[in-house]
Amino acid sequence: MDLFVAIFAGTVIAATPLIFAALGELVVEKSGVLNLGVEGMMLMGAAFAFWAVIAGLPMPVAILAGGLAGAAASLLFGVLALTFLTNQYAAGLALAIFGSGVSAFLGRNFGSAPIDALKRIQVPVLSDIPVIGPMVFRFDPMVYFAIACFLVITWFLYRTKAGLILRTVGESPETAHAIGFPVIRIRYLAVLFGGLMAGLGGAYLSVAYTPLWVENMTAGKGWIALALVVFATWRPLRVLLGAWLFGGMTILQLQGQALGIAVPSELLSALPYLATIAVLVIISQNRQMLAQHFPASLAKPFRPAS
Amino acid sequence: MMRVAAPVIAVVLTLAVGSALFAALGYDPLATLHAFFVAPLSSVNGLSEWLLKASPLILIACGLAVGFRANVWNIGAEGQLIAGAIAACGVGLFYPNPESPMLLALMVLAGALAGMAWAAIPAFLRARMNTNEILVTLMLTYVATLLLSWLVHGPWRDPAGFNYPQTALLPAAAMFEPFDYAYRLNPSIFLTVVAVFLMWLFADRSFMGYKMSVSGAAPLAARYAGFRESSAVWIGLLAGGAAAGIAGMAEVAGPLGQLSPQISPGYGFAAIIVAFLGRLNAFGIVLGGLLMSLLFLGGEAIQMNLGLPSALTRIFQGILLFFLLATDFFIFYRLRRLPEHA
Repeated sequence: MDLFVAIFAGTVIAATPLIFAALGELVVEKSGVLNLGVEGMMLMGAAFAFWAVIAGLPMPVAILAGGLAGAAASLLFGVLALTFLTNQYAAGLALAIFGSGVSAFLGRNFGSAPIDALKRIQVPVLSDIPVIGPMVFRFDPMVYFAIACFLVITWFLYRTKAGLILRTVGESPETAHAIGFPVIRIRYLAVLFGGLMAGLGGAYLSVAYTPLWVENMTAGKGWIALALVVFATWRPLRVLLGAWLFGGMTILQLQGQALGIAVPSELLSALPYLATIAVLVIISQNRQMLAQHFPASLAKPFRPAS
Repeated sequence: MMRVAAPVIAVVLTLAVGSALFAALGYDPLATLHAFFVAPLSSVNGLSEWLLKASPLILIACGLAVGFRANVWNIGAEGQLIAGAIAACGVGLFYPNPESPMLLALMVLAGALAGMAWAAIPAFLRARMNTNEILVTLMLTYVATLLLSWLVHGPWRDPAGFNYPQTALLPAAAMFEPFDYAYRLNPSIFLTVVAVFLMWLFADRSFMGYKMSVSGAAPLAARYAGFRESSAVWIGLLAGGAAAGIAGMAEVAGPLGQLSPQISPGYGFAAIIVAFLGRLNAFGIVLGGLLMSLLFLGGEAIQMNLGLPSALTRIFQGILLFFLLATDFFIFYRLRRLPEHA
């Protein structure tokens, strides 16, 4: 039972950075833009948040700094993809490389000492309930914030007029433009929001999940977040479930290594990547399901005709 | 005209941003730029290193460009390079006759086949299973890195290597003999020369190359003309895989001589930028590769001489690609002032 509780709690925590990054990318893609630079933005967020903590700033400020760093990085992509109408694949790749360079550059003086991780909340009374307490009421605030983001984003996309406009822009920018919506401005906002969320995800990695600095510490989580959006067929609830699935995989893999299962640790470490490929293959079989919620104008540059 | 000018403008802008960055870090920008871009080339050893590092970049970029022209996005060349290096090193270490004159040729073959095999996975998944090749090639890069790590920590670890995670050194017949033992440049650059020629022949002179360009530029037109998308996917990915695999072989049979957990400073990723710098054509890629190689060299030089972090190389790579993409805008679009509305 204790092991089950530990795995459950570990899963929720491991999924949190993915939830932030993938939900952000979901909003970006819903607006018809594909930003492949999630890995770079997460690394920027991780580096800036860690830096802020070392500089003695309070934890909430540090996490916000990570988010803002991600947003600033996404602006570079936005200018290229939205103003200069470049190929979005290439612009995203440039951001991924740039972000990893900047984070490594900043991180050169961080040292290898761990920092005081983000504190967990002990919800009074509730956290003392056996089993349920440690499974639900003893996480750090960012875990709850990630769930709140999921609720707000779902509500925004499907229950507000602004969300409807965003989705229209992603389906048919020509139509949205003809009706009179500022397509480019809306896409900029979506890209910035995606950067903010990726930055928060990165910040969570460096100040809460593994509170010490390692170069390229995201280790592909940004790319897995991109895969999650496809896996979720562009639906928020499935992003959340997918993130938990991957979080669970990570934790089981770590537990497996800790228990000394007689397989090489490298094979266990490769599991999340292989699983990403497997779920992509499975989901790609159902073209109908993919097409249903796919933003029809994804990755196509749009220039308002004058 | 602008097609040639744009990369030059991008390089100039990158240098400008670089100088500003150096100045902001408190270094004399001119002296630093000199240390980064000029000093590494002012010795014979520097020139040898320059070509040595340009060779894998150009080789891989040629292979990748074949795919990019057809909108096939192989961004996992780094993984295919590792797969090629593993296979080539395996042949070099375990071939029954370590003095066989055929050894090097077999290793090139093994490297190419392993790179192609690693790229065949995403090719099959994209062509037959409709799966996005960007994510699959990238995921497989992480898998290849872990496979390499497992081999050098486990079954292939040199028993006489003081527990270092590395294989034994390759026998002499399994290594490219340098032109001059004072420097590391070796005949593997001829493989790159051949690749550049083949790339030019295929892309600019063959019907298949033309069909692939059409699939990239106008997929609907290509479908209407009856060009099969799946053959473009297969050829695009296998070309990149073969090139990256051979590059991995040339690394292990050249400057490295053995496998260790880290065998590439990111050639597979940098080659993507090289392909774009060279506008996806063979001659441009050669120039782009020489420039990118200089970025790697300069990064090492300022790390050694000025104590600046080598991560600057990756920052420059990113900035260069940003500027390159932005200047493209001025090739494909012409800005004009709109008439004032009354």
